[in-house]
Parts: sequence; structure tokens; C-alpha cells
Amino acid sequence: MKFKRKYLSIPYVLFMVLFVVVPILFIVYYAFTNKGGQFSFTNFVKFFSDSTNVNVLLISFVYAILNTIICLLIGYPIAMILANKKYNKSYVVVLLFIMPMWINFIIRTSATRDVLNWIGLSTGANSGITTMIGLVYNYLPFVILPLYSTMLKMDKSQIEASHDLGANSFQTFFKVIIPMTMPGIVSAATMVFMPTLSSYVISDILSEYNVVLFGSYIDLYFNQSDWNFGSFMALIMLMLIGISVFLTRKFSKDETGGRTSLW
Amino acid sequence: MAKENETILQLINVNKEFDGSVVVDNFNLDVKKGEFVTFLGPSGCGKTTTLRMIAGLEMPTSGQILLNGKDIAQLPPHKRPLNTVFQRYALFPHLDVYDNIAFGLKLKRIPYEYTDKNGNKKEKLRKYTREEIDAKISKALKIVDLEGFEMRDVATLSGGQQQRVAIARAIVNEPEILLLDEPLGALDLKMRKEMQLELKEMHKKLGITFIYVTHDQEEALTMSDRIVVIEDGIIQQIGTPMDIYNEPSNAFVADFIGESNIYVGTMIDKLKVHFLGANWDCIDDFPLNEKVDVVVRPEDIIIKKPNEGKVKAKIVNKIFKGIHFQFTAMVGNNEVLIQSTVDHPVGEEISLSIDPDLIQIMHREYTTNIYNDAYIDKNNNVVFAGATWEVDVCQLVEGSSLDEKGYLITKEGKKYDLSDLDVIATVEMKDIDISDNLEEGNITGKIIQMVWIGDHYQLVVRTEDEEDFVLETEYTWNELDTVSVIIKKENIKLKLKADLADYEI
Repeated sequence: MKFKRKYLSIPYVLFMVLFVVVPILFIVYYAFTNKGGQFSFTNFVKFFSDSTNVNVLLISFVYAILNTIICLLIGYPIAMILANKKYNKSYVVVLLFIMPMWINFIIRTSATRDVLNWIGLSTGANSGITTMIGLVYNYLPFVILPLYSTMLKMDKSQIEASHDLGANSFQTFFKVIIPMTMPGIVSAATMVFMPTLSSYVISDILSEYNVVLFGSYIDLYFNQSDWNFGSFMALIMLMLIGISVFLTRKFSKDETGGRTSLW
Repeated sequence: MAKENETILQLINVNKEFDGSVVVDNFNLDVKKGEFVTFLGPSGCGKTTTLRMIAGLEMPTSGQILLNGKDIAQLPPHKRPLNTVFQRYALFPHLDVYDNIAFGLKLKRIPYEYTDKNGNKKEKLRKYTREEIDAKISKALKIVDLEGFEMRDVATLSGGQQQRVAIARAIVNEPEILLLDEPLGALDLKMRKEMQLELKEMHKKLGITFIYVTHDQEEALTMSDRIVVIEDGIIQQIGTPMDIYNEPSNAFVADFIGESNIYVGTMIDKLKVHFLGANWDCIDDFPLNEKVDVVVRPEDIIIKKPNEGKVKAKIVNKIFKGIHFQFTAMVGNNEVLIQSTVDHPVGEEISLSIDPDLIQIMHREYTTNIYNDAYIDKNNNVVFAGATWEVDVCQLVEGSSLDEKGYLITKEGKKYDLSDLDVIATVEMKDIDISDNLEEGNITGKIIQMVWIGDHYQLVVRTEDEEDFVLETEYTWNELDTVSVIIKKENIKLKLKADLADYEI
């Protein structure tokens, strides 16, 4: 038998089927069956009839959106400074911002809890704030990295052209720098928004279970062996993430005429 | 229309330093309204920096830049009524052609008069209306020949079209001066020639002042009203293209503009110059015995039958260039570039003559031997002019010494490995000795020129690699003698060319 190039893809196809397609089929199967294994819409009805479920989803959205906005607000100036050769002469500083990513994040989050309690921000009493701090702290590197790499590639002459055409620094920032780094912003937002929706370890540790995000809600049902309802909620999240990926890709494509973003 | 000959821009003693090194040195220039001025020079000569200082993208270290008599040297770029066409277009990728061109217009505020309720006339600022912007953009696109391209994405345009958009984006703001930074550099030859003519046409039509930066001498000659030739941050010559070509003020300008033969000559009599082994009549008056640079354009040399011309020569090379032949002939050891429409075979013995008024004589730039591409080898010797010379490397850093391994140790205790360090070596003419014992010196060469200057001879010794040593001696030698060149260790002066910090160990 003649060896064909496409045979090289067999391992990947097997891997994808085993670890992506089959699990999704399982999720779909569990989502639309009841405990007895019969096809039913009970999970669908259960989810939308109880306002607690929808509330958890909405709260997760609020946390994810807030986290994305705060991370972008903090990360954008940092990335700008890091990408500017005038202020950042070595890559050591970049490394400093990225390094938290290398530490096991459960340990990192536990340490955050201890630090916050130590400075007087009790995780029990201010769980909303402490959760937010933990989320921002954990996801900040994911914002800085794509923004930094987009800004490094940015041509300085466009900024000069903008000044030359009569724009002051403020106008240049909003009319040239922001639009030109849009691929990085979209990547960064995607990298923060979607994982925040499904994260639960950070909120669990830093709010002492006062803040329940959608991820921990799903986890709760799986722990209580209600695989069917858990799967249904996982399916909802899968769809939401799918929709947001679709939207961001469309958005970033419109802006740049091609996929230049990192993710 | 403004008065003719009105000065619009004045640069007065403008200096620019980057990290202590001078990039633009005491730049003085007046630009007249409606003029097409070109800054011409090799890359790194400071021409772009000067343009950027006019645009406001760099601030001069010192000096004044007057626009219509007002100093704008410290004004930020967005407050200057000038616009720039950038070398690599610098179009905004997130905007289409229309929005790219509209960028400046949308930011602009124009004064208008209105009558308030008390009947007083007052002035206010307003934005351009959509209709005004539309009209201006279609006019600009018409000028750059891109009608109907409004909605196109800039990424889909060719290099030439992008350049046109960049020009339209600049001229639509009706700047007082349009600055162009090598705008055609990225285009192919044919496109470039086309755009040259179009730019010239545009300049005529628009009537605004153009300041153009290029390293392409042909481009400068084709387009400009006046050319400013710059080298090492210093203006070498300012003049019309004809002036610059026909009357270059020094050897650099002559060499840079067009092809030229440049020789070291000596004034041996009033209106008589010695070069190429002969005495030539000339029309430039220089002091007797002064060393001069002689420039002769290849098209100004006339090929004659042997014995009919001034010097004998032999054709060694021939290139067909379309409208003419380009010959390389040897006169003794000197190469002569000649252009002629008449064909001659390689190897033919000929003689050359030059009209006195076509011999350009200019001040010689230096009287010291300067070797710009010298470097230190691993034995701490300096290499230049094709030979290795013993030298005192400790002169590079005051108070330094060499350790036993040959590393340079400074007073502060810093350690440098000097091997491969680039330096500039200079040797005074009087410090070079020659010997007819060919083993004695470091390199051998032929005496290609010997001129009696009052009380001594000035010799040019040329090595096989065409490196020259110019030296003074009291002794008589013969031209075409082969000699060896001796330079004492202490007479070679070194200057750092690179940053020594890169060599620290």
C-alpha cells in the first residue's frame, strides 16, 4: 500500500473523536435524557422554570464582562508600556508580568486569599470584591500577552502620520492606536471572557462559596450525581461560548480583513 | 497667489544630536514659496532627520525653524500646517481609502463668521460638513488619478496605488508645505519614473511648496527646482540641478551626482593643474602648489588617436549602455571612465583630451590619510589599506592598559576584547615613510603620482588593492617605482567607530 500524506492525520482524528466528539455526544445524550435513560425535555423545563438557574447564568455574565473590562483597562496601558522600547529596554519586565501564569493557579489563588484576608479584605464579608480581585489577577496575563504582541508588530509610522494629519495624542489614541490593536483586544477579551464564565475554583476559594459562577453550579450538580442536569447546563454554556467565538471572529475579521489575532 | 520669491520656510543653525552623536550639523536653508526643494544624500546622512524636524516628528537639539517668520521648532506636529508623505505609506489599515484621506479633514476646525442675536458679527470654529469633505476627497483622488477608489480597502491596493492614497491624504489638507520622505523608494523602476513626472506635474498644479527627500540622484535632478546635497549631516552644496551637476562644489558632490572621474591634482602654475601624469590647462584659479580634487565627467573626455591627445591611454573594458558606450581606460595606473557614442575595441591604444572648462577643480577635503574601514585584529594590530599595522590600542581609552592576555583594561577596571572592533585610522602625510627595500614595510605599492610642492615632494602610493597613501617626502623618487610603506606605531591615530560597550567581557 502506498503511503499517503493524509494518513498522518489518523492519530489526530482518533484523538479528536475520542476526546472531543464523543464527550460532546455524551453531554448531548445526558442533557436530553432523564435519570432512567429515556429521552426527555425535563432538564430543559427544569432549567428555565427555576429563576435561580438563570440568575446564576446572569451573575456569571456580569462577572465575566466586568472581569474582561477591568483586565483590558489595566492590561492595555501595561502592554503599551511594555511594547515601547523607550520604557522597556529588556524583556525581563514582560517576563515578570507573564510569570504568574507559570505558578499552579490553585496555589496562587489560595495565596491570594491569604493575602487578602491578611490585609483586612475578608473573603467571607467582601466576597464579591475578593472574587473580582482574584479573577482580574488571574486573567491579567492573558490580556497583556496578546495585546503586547499586537503592539510590538504595530508600525510607529501610522502614529506619526496621525499626528502629522493634525490629531493630538488623545485623538491618535482613539482613532488610530485602539483600532489598530483591535485584533489584540478581541483576542484578549476572548481569552478572559469565556474562561471566566466557566471558572469556579477562583470564586469558590475567594468567596468562600458566596459567589456561585456558572462553572461551579455545573460542578455542584455533577458532584451530586445529577449528570443529566449538569450536562444540560454544560450544553448551554457550550452554545454560549460558541456564539461568542462566532461573534468575535466576525468582529475581528471586519476590522482587519483577515485573521491576525492570536486566537 | 502669493508673491514670488517669498520665503516660506527658514532653517537657522539647526542641530540634531542622538545620544551625543551629531546627525544634523548647523543646517541653514531658506525655502521659497512654491519651490520644489530636494534633500539629496546617502542613507544616514541626516536628510530624513531634517525633514522630520520640519514635520515636528523630531525636535531639534538647537536652532530655529521659521515658517512664515514664526518659530515652529518646538511645536508638536499636529499644530503645524505641514503634511508628510511617508516612505512606507503609513496608511491606516483599519480605514478605507475615503476615511484615510478624510482623517485630517475630520479633525480640522475652520473659522466662520456668524451674526448673533444682537446683530454683531462673530467668529466661531466649525467642522467641515460631509458635503465639503466629499468634494475635497473626490478632488484629491482626481489629482492622484484614483477616481472611484473611495470605498476600497487599502490592503487591496498595489504599492503604487497606496502611495497615491498617501499623497492624496496629505494634499487634501492643503498644507503650506508638503514633505515627502523617499515616497517612491518602495516602487519598482518603471512605476517610480512615472510617479516622478506625476509628482512634478502635481507640484505645478497645486502650487504648494514641496520638500522632497531622496538618495536617488537622478530623481533629484529630474524633479527639483533646487537640490540640497547633504553628507554626514552637513550641507555640501545647494543649487539648481544644473549647478550641482556642472559645478559640484567638492569631490563628494561630484561623486554622488552622476558618474565622475576624481583625481588628486596639484596646481603647478596659474590655471594649470597636474593630474593623470600631465599638465592640463584649466579655468579655476587656485593657489600655486595647492593639492586639489579634480573632477572630470566621463562624457567630457574625448578619445583621440594616439599622439593627438594630451595623455596616452589604453582601453581595458567596454560596456554597451544603449545610447553610448562606457569605456574604462588606463592612464598609467589611473583608471579613467569615458563615455562615447563611437565604438572602440578593447585593447586599443588611444589618447585623451579634455576641454579646459570641463575640468572641475575643487578644494581637497583633507590632507591626512583617513581609513574609515579599519579594524583591530586579534593580536591588537590594526588592519587597513590591505595591510596589518602595529599600533598602540591603548589610545582608544585614556589611561587604559593591556593585560597579559591582550585584553584592554580601563582605569575603571572594565575589560574589553578588541578583536574585530571597527575603528577609523588616520595617519598624517608626513608620518608615512617609504622604502625601496620591499621587505621593510608592511605593504608595497606603486608611486602613481609625484608632485614637487615648494620644498618637498607629495607622493601618492597606490597598492594593488587600489588603496592610496598620500605622503610627503624630501627625497626624489620616480613615478611608477614600487616601494614599501612604513608607518611607525605611534603615528597611527585611532578613533572608535562602534560602541566599545559591545566588546566588554
